[in-house]
Amino acid sequence: MSLLEVENLHVSYGAIQALRGCSLHVDEGEIVTLIGGNGAGKSTMLRTISGLLTPKQGEIRFDGNSIRKAAPHLVARAGLIHVPEGRGIFANLTVEENLQLGAFSRTDHQQIREDRERALTLFPRVRERLRQAAGTLSGGEQQMVAIARALLARPKLLMLDEPSLGLAPQVVQTIFQVIREINRTGTTILLVEQNAAMALNVAHRAYVIEVGSIEMEGPASELAKSDDIRKAYLGIH
Amino acid sequence: MSDFTQTLITAIAIGSLYALIALGYTMVYGILKFINFAHSDIVVLGAWSSYTFSNWLLKLIGVETKGMTTPPAIWVAVVVLVLSMAFCGVVGFTIERLAYRPLRRAPRLNVLITAIGVSLLLQNVGQLDQVFGASPQKMPQLLPAAELASFTFGEGESARKVVIGLVDVMIFVTASSLMLLMQYLVFHTKQGVAMRAVSYNTDTAALMGIPVDRVVSITFVLGSVLAAAAGFLYVMKYPSLNQPAHTIWVLLGLKAFVAAVIGGIGNVRGAVLGGFVIAFVEQFGAFYISTNYRDVYVFVMLILILLVRPGGLLGVTTREKV
Repeated sequence: MSLLEVENLHVSYGAIQALRGCSLHVDEGEIVTLIGGNGAGKSTMLRTISGLLTPKQGEIRFDGNSIRKAAPHLVARAGLIHVPEGRGIFANLTVEENLQLGAFSRTDHQQIREDRERALTLFPRVRERLRQAAGTLSGGEQQMVAIARALLARPKLLMLDEPSLGLAPQVVQTIFQVIREINRTGTTILLVEQNAAMALNVAHRAYVIEVGSIEMEGPASELAKSDDIRKAYLGIH
Repeated sequence: MSDFTQTLITAIAIGSLYALIALGYTMVYGILKFINFAHSDIVVLGAWSSYTFSNWLLKLIGVETKGMTTPPAIWVAVVVLVLSMAFCGVVGFTIERLAYRPLRRAPRLNVLITAIGVSLLLQNVGQLDQVFGASPQKMPQLLPAAELASFTFGEGESARKVVIGLVDVMIFVTASSLMLLMQYLVFHTKQGVAMRAVSYNTDTAALMGIPVDRVVSITFVLGSVLAAAAGFLYVMKYPSLNQPAHTIWVLLGLKAFVAAVIGGIGNVRGAVLGGFVIAFVEQFGAFYISTNYRDVYVFVMLILILLVRPGGLLGVTTREKV
């Protein structure tokens, strides 16, 4: 049984169909990436899984339970944590308060402190900024806060929506290193990316989504070699 | 000098009332981004339920309210205040649950119109004979009319006395304690952090595992509880209780709303500041210029501040890096 199973998902915004029967699964311990162009339905997929959108049809199971109709805060409490596109930082709160919210539904204070320490070790830059208003941080720092905050929820599955968006190449490198590191310590990851080269490099398996349906899937290393992918997403001819 | 001091004392008392009410407007706006027009009716409910609870309690302990000259023990006032706050909290919770929650995903205009509907409903139900009735009443005197202190300025013919009444002090002390409590709650507790997170972005807050609906409920209850306290304190100062739909109530709510806007709507500290600014403008304008235009000063102040600082005094538009 996979940790996350998505079956035949249909999602619409009014009359516009964003997802037309997508299926995917993420096994425990994997990094799975979902790549595709603008408007392909990547974010819609994540928003539906985390409960912000309700599918018209299809099934979503997490850890064996259906979460198709679950409210987003309950999905989060089940251990499925979504770092939304644009990072979802609370700019009006301090960095420390942002981190606190990551552990909102937890009461195991001792472990929270340990997790906080671990997250801050991954992102030393965040530690330097704890008392600052989160809105004053640079884009890269905000992304780090967003991931650190997600780790404080102790996720079973971490969904990252375009963590590299708008960041300098060097920062992107750091972020991807950390993604690999988080995975190594046992967290399963579903990564949505436009930066296909980086994503395929870090992931074990990949899905390619185009206008609302999954067009290809397979081991990331194989997809990276496929001619179609190289032309369409890697810019290599 | 004496007139100035006396006006100052009144302004501080009235200012804390405006601030209490403004907090309710600003907190609900901060979270749901709509003006809860029914908020001023919760103040009325607080005032009138204080009246009802007082009569009930005084009867219970065998005090004759007709021709009452000495106020009852101080605990009566405290119990009435607590009862009235609890009652309004429940009503606020219910209103949000029944009227606003079903519209959570609806356009904001629909919610605004619903709020006006709720306001009219409360006003008219309040006038029913079975509820509060449509005639004015006299609030039983719960607090002693004592003067805590009095000063005399000047000598002989021109001597003027300045009085600090117990009621004014009670209003200020009660209101400030409640506001400090609110300040602590919003800025130093986990619930408060959640509240500010929801006010910034509802969806992302939900992704953190924050039960958004519960946070909204808590906000409404808090706002209503503060409004009830304001209603109670108001009738302590002005015991002739106007009927529930009287324009004096509408104006009271409107000025508190102006206070919230002047302070920067959505900003908790701004609401408190706005409350005092409004009261000072109103009271000093009334004293030094003319009483006839006391409402005008408030609204002129609103226009002036919006011209200079459209976001309100403390409503800083935070620049975000993307």
